[in-house]
Amino acid sequence: MDIVVLLKQVPDTETLIQIAGDKASIRTEDVKWVINPYDEFAVEEALRIKEKHAGKVIILSMGPERAVESIRTALAMGADEGVLIDDPATQGSDALGTAKVLAAALKDTGYDLVIAGQRAVDDDGYQVPAAVAELLGIAQVSMVVKEEITDGKIRCECTIEGGIMVLETDLPALFTTQRGINEPRYASLPGIMKAKKKPLIKKTLADLKVDPSEVGEAQAKCRVKSLSFPPERSPGRIIDGETVEAKAAQLVKLLKEEAKVI
Amino acid sequence: MAQGVLVFAEQVDGNFRKIAYEAVSEGRRLADTLGDTVSAVVFGSGVEGIAGELAQYGADKIFVGDDPALADYTTDAYTNMLFEVVKDNDPRILLFGASSRGKDLSARLAARLGVGLAMDCIALKLDGEKLIATRPMYGGKVLAEVALEGVPQMSAIRPNVMEIVQSPKAGDLEKVAIKTDVVKTRVVEKRLEVASKIDLTEADVIVSGGRGMGGPDFGAIEQLAEVLGGTVGASRSAVDEGWRPHSDQVGQTGKVVSPNLYIACGISGAIQHLAGMGSSKYIVAINKDPEAPIFKKADYGIVEDLFKAVPAIMAELKKLKG
Repeated sequence: MDIVVLLKQVPDTETLIQIAGDKASIRTEDVKWVINPYDEFAVEEALRIKEKHAGKVIILSMGPERAVESIRTALAMGADEGVLIDDPATQGSDALGTAKVLAAALKDTGYDLVIAGQRAVDDDGYQVPAAVAELLGIAQVSMVVKEEITDGKIRCECTIEGGIMVLETDLPALFTTQRGINEPRYASLPGIMKAKKKPLIKKTLADLKVDPSEVGEAQAKCRVKSLSFPPERSPGRIIDGETVEAKAAQLVKLLKEEAKVI
Repeated sequence: MAQGVLVFAEQVDGNFRKIAYEAVSEGRRLADTLGDTVSAVVFGSGVEGIAGELAQYGADKIFVGDDPALADYTTDAYTNMLFEVVKDNDPRILLFGASSRGKDLSARLAARLGVGLAMDCIALKLDGEKLIATRPMYGGKVLAEVALEGVPQMSAIRPNVMEIVQSPKAGDLEKVAIKTDVVKTRVVEKRLEVASKIDLTEADVIVSGGRGMGGPDFGAIEQLAEVLGGTVGASRSAVDEGWRPHSDQVGQTGKVVSPNLYIACGISGAIQHLAGMGSSKYIVAINKDPEAPIFKKADYGIVEDLFKAVPAIMAELKKLKG
């Protein structure tokens, strides 16, 4: 079974985000780049599926040269191959543009199962996996916390508001990971050594026969005009009081009379 | 030429979700600015009876797809059906609620229509006829203003942020033909938690516990949440410790929430937690460490051991309620 993981490199969630001079992007200096945490779950799940059903885990990413490092990390975890689509023409692509490139790459690598994070924690877009599934004409199953594959079918437990929905679909299919599906393993030292020799292929749009005029900034249908920081919260008030009871009474009074939330 | 605002109104088991009213109200507000009309779309089984409720919030017209095949949400059936409604009516704006189903549906449909979609928006405005959406990125550390190309202009709005406004309109029902086409997924089972539990993303009050809880016993804050009619959340540390399920996690890698009142108990306030709850209207922090970063984000802070402060607050609330 060919399992392809869609992986995005994003700033670490502990990163202090700074807005760049163009006011529409972030400063990338001093950013620590990591695998999108939800994609890390996807890598782990792919490896577990491979361990159970045999097959090959391919890591597919679109991004600049630095994304190689994240792909290598996934290879060190145990994935078999990496593919990076590194082409300046993809810069500024929106979700649909990105999905066009990834879908073309998937047709190129072949796939029985595609796994992606439910969202990337940089743009918080939630769109690329669904768009990829649409372009490939396969089923998508979102926010999966458990899956089981039998006889060419995958059964998934998905989180919805207030509970779990169990869905089943035939392969090939795409599913997205939700926190709780697994605990990603760390790359072992032998894993890191082995990863250096695993194939990591770079591709361009020309290799994938994608017309550059269909992707990238000029074709983006959802475009960031400006970035700003959320309004600063007014400085908090520490509630004084002689006793914890006095503080509690003061808090409840403020919540009722000032905030009017209780 | 495209006209009208179309709103997908989500219902589950014959009840509209709160986000459905929020989305229709927001659609009405945009339509009024444009001097245009609002149509709502409802899919489900046995939903004809409830569809009319949307008139209250400003729907001039309500499209109803009522069929057992639509009883539970499936990406394919809903996308196929909604695609037809969009094709037939050519709206200029198409709104969704960014619930888990709303995200799944809007993302698939946007790709099919080949148009832009602004996901999980906290504010919408019009620049002439162009829809400009404000949406958090980087887990809420940054707000982006995004512009959309293509028709319809699609946006999914974050639950619990936009106001529900009563604005009664005709709300004429129109049945749509049932053409679910090929549905690739089958619903095997639906397991809902206690029906009374409000999802964190829709809760008006959230009481969250962190490392300061010291263990899996969240009894103290569960009681506080109950008195306030709220829901219990947790920090990443508390979830990583195995004290609470993943579905309770608030933060950049968990749920992003915006309740009216967020009470953080024994949570220090890591940057990724603050990102996930920073848009709450009022934040209360209870922590025995006066240097905890959470106090910088809190409207009201109490420097105390939470196990003393929470019972004291409970006692005060009981006095209040008599």
